[in-house]
Amino acid sequence: METILELKGVSKSFGAVQALNNVDFRANLGEVMALVGDNGAGKSTLIKGVAGIYPFDSGDYIFEGRKVNVHGPRDAAALGIEVVYQDLALADNLDVVANMFLGRERLDRLGRLDEISMEQACIDTLSSLAVTTLRSVRLPVRSLSGGQRQSIAVAKAVMWNSKVVILDEPTAALGVAQTRQVLDLVRRLADKGLAVILISHNLHDIFEVADRITVLRLGYLVREMAVKETSYEEVVKEMTAGKLSHVPGMKES
Amino acid sequence: MTTPEDITVESALQKSKRTLTASEYISSYFQRVRSGDLGSLPIIIGLIIIAILFQSANSNFLTPRNLVNLFVQMSIFTVIGYGVVFVLLLGEIDLSVGYVAGVSAVVTGQLLARPILIPPELQALADLINGGSLSYEVPWYLAVACSLGVATLIGLLQGGLITLFQLPSFIVTVGGQLAWNGVVLLLMGGAGTVNMRNPTIRGITQSFFPAEWGYALGAIVVIVYVLFEAYQYRSRSRAGLSVKPIPIVALQGLALGVMVFAFIYVCNQDRGLPFVGVLVLVLMAVLTYLTTQTKFGRYLFAVGGNREAARRAGISVERIRLMGFVMCSLLAGMGGLILVSRLGSVAPDAGGGQLLLNSLAAPVIGGTSLYGGSGRISSAFFGALVIAAVDNGMFLLGLGAGQRLILTAIVLIAAVIVDALSRRTRERSGIR
Repeated sequence: METILELKGVSKSFGAVQALNNVDFRANLGEVMALVGDNGAGKSTLIKGVAGIYPFDSGDYIFEGRKVNVHGPRDAAALGIEVVYQDLALADNLDVVANMFLGRERLDRLGRLDEISMEQACIDTLSSLAVTTLRSVRLPVRSLSGGQRQSIAVAKAVMWNSKVVILDEPTAALGVAQTRQVLDLVRRLADKGLAVILISHNLHDIFEVADRITVLRLGYLVREMAVKETSYEEVVKEMTAGKLSHVPGMKES
Repeated sequence: MTTPEDITVESALQKSKRTLTASEYISSYFQRVRSGDLGSLPIIIGLIIIAILFQSANSNFLTPRNLVNLFVQMSIFTVIGYGVVFVLLLGEIDLSVGYVAGVSAVVTGQLLARPILIPPELQALADLINGGSLSYEVPWYLAVACSLGVATLIGLLQGGLITLFQLPSFIVTVGGQLAWNGVVLLLMGGAGTVNMRNPTIRGITQSFFPAEWGYALGAIVVIVYVLFEAYQYRSRSRAGLSVKPIPIVALQGLALGVMVFAFIYVCNQDRGLPFVGVLVLVLMAVLTYLTTQTKFGRYLFAVGGNREAARRAGISVERIRLMGFVMCSLLAGMGGLILVSRLGSVAPDAGGGQLLLNSLAAPVIGGTSLYGGSGRISSAFFGALVIAAVDNGMFLLGLGAGQRLILTAIVLIAAVIVDALSRRTRERSGIR
C-alpha cells in the first residue's frame, strides 16, 4: 500500500498542556486508518494539525513523499486533504448547495455565482452517494436531520477529488440505518483509492470498516496495528493501559 | 457497498428536479410560513394596517403630495440602513452611522458653500487647475468624491480596529459616534449654519422626472424583471433543475407591474417620480445583487451564520468583516450627501438627532435579524417606509414629537418580537 500522508515525531502544546508528544502517524491510499484513543488522547489535535487549523510545534509533515509546510486549511485542501469535523462546520443559515461549495464557489463569465452548475453538481454528488432522504438542495441546513447533515458534510469533503478524507466521529449522532449508510460510504471511499482517516469511539464500527488502527493515549502514540491481527480486547487494553512509546524518563515495564 | 437497489431507487432529490405545480408551490410557501420562515409577510401586513389606520384618521395621508414627500424624507435613513444591513448580516452593529453621515454632509457642504481661496504662494497650482484665478470653485463631483472618500476611510479605521484587535463593534462604533460628532463640530469651525446652494447636489432631492420618463423607467423595470425570470427559467430547465411554476412567475410579474405603475402614477399626480426615489431603488437593486449573487455576499452570510465554518472553508473572515464595515460607512456617507441635498445647508447638529436610531431600526423592522446571517437589503427600504409612514401619519394627526417617538419605539419592539418569535417557531417545528 502506498503511504500518502506521514507525520514523523510531531508535537503540539497549548500552554502547559502537551496535547501531542512526538507522535508518528501514516495513512495509506485505499485503506481506512482508524485513529482511536480515550478522551484527551490527542486525536482531535492530530487531525487539526493535519488539516492546517494550527501548525505542529515540531516534527515533519510528509505528503506524497515530500516534506510540506501546511499553514492553513487552504494549504491542506490544496494538497487534497479534506476534513469532516464532529461539529460538521456547516453554516445553518445557508442552503445545502451554498454549504457544499463554501469557499470554492463556481463563478460564471460575469463573476456571478454560478448557481445552476453548483446545484447540478451538488445533486449529482448526493445522488452518487445514495443520499436519498433529502427533499431539496435549496433547504437551509438548519432544517435538516442529523443524518442528513452528516451526509452533506461527507459529500462536501469527497466532492473535491480529494486524496485524504478525515472523518471525525461520523456516526456519533446517528441512528442504526444512518450509521450503516455512513459506514458503507466510508468503505466505498477507500475502495475508490482514497486514504480515509476515521476517528471513532465505536470499536464495532472500526472493526467493520478499518484496515489499520493507530492508538493514541495521553498525547503519545501507543501502537499502530492491522485490524486482521488484533482483537477488540487488545485495542481496549492499548487505549486504556497501553505502554507509551518514546516517553523520556519512563521505564519500560 | 453500493447495492443495485441504491442505484435504481429514485431518490427524493431526483424527484425534486421536476417542476412543482402552482398549487404545490403555494402550499410549500404556506408550510414555510407556518414553520416560522415569515419572509416579508409581517412588514407587508404592517404597512397595510398603517395605511388604513392613518388614511381613515386623516384623508391627507394617502395624497400624492404627502406620499412623494414621505419618499424623499425616508431616502436618507433608507440608504444608511442599506449599509447597516451589511454589519447586521455579519452579526455586528455600527452605532456611528449617524455622525459618519454628518461628517460626509459637512465635508460637501463646506467645500461647496463658497469658493476656496488658494494662497498666493501657490499661484503655480492656481495656474494649473484654475486658469490663474485664486478663487477656486470646487466642482460638485470633487466634493462628492471627498465625502465618500472620508466615509470610506472612517469605515477602514473602525473596521480595522475591530478586526485587528478583535474588539467588540459596539464599543468601537460608540466611540466613533462621539469622535465623528467632534469632527463635525471642528469642520463647522464655530459657524452656526453654512448654506450650500450647489444646484447639482440640491438636485438629488429636488428634481423630479417628467411623467413620460417615469412611465418609461417603470416599463424598463418590468421588462428587466420579465427577461431575468425568463432567462432563469430557460437555463434552469435546460440544466434539468426545478423551476418556479409559470403561473407563479406570471402572477409575480403582474403584481410587480401593478405596484410599479401605481407608484409612478401617484408620483405623477404630484411633481413626478423623485430622482432620489429612483436612486434609492437602483441602489437597492445593485446592493441586492452584491449580497445575493456574488462571492462577497455569500461570505457575508457565511461569516454571520457560522464564523468557524467560514474560517474552515478557507474564507478570510477578517477581510469580509472589514469590508462589511467599509460598506456600512460608505453608504452612511451617501446618506450624508442626501442629507445636505435636502437641507441645503449644514449645521453643527448634522447627523445627530433621530438619524442614527432610524437608520438602525429600519432594517430590523424590515426583518433583518440582529443575530446575524439572515436578512436582505430591501428590509431597510420597507422598514424605513414603516418608520416614515408612522412619523408622517402621526404628524398629520397633530400629535407631538413625544407621542411620535413612543409609537416608533413600539413599532421597533414589535418587529424585534416578531423576529424572536419566528426564531422560536423555527426551533419548535423541529428545525434547529
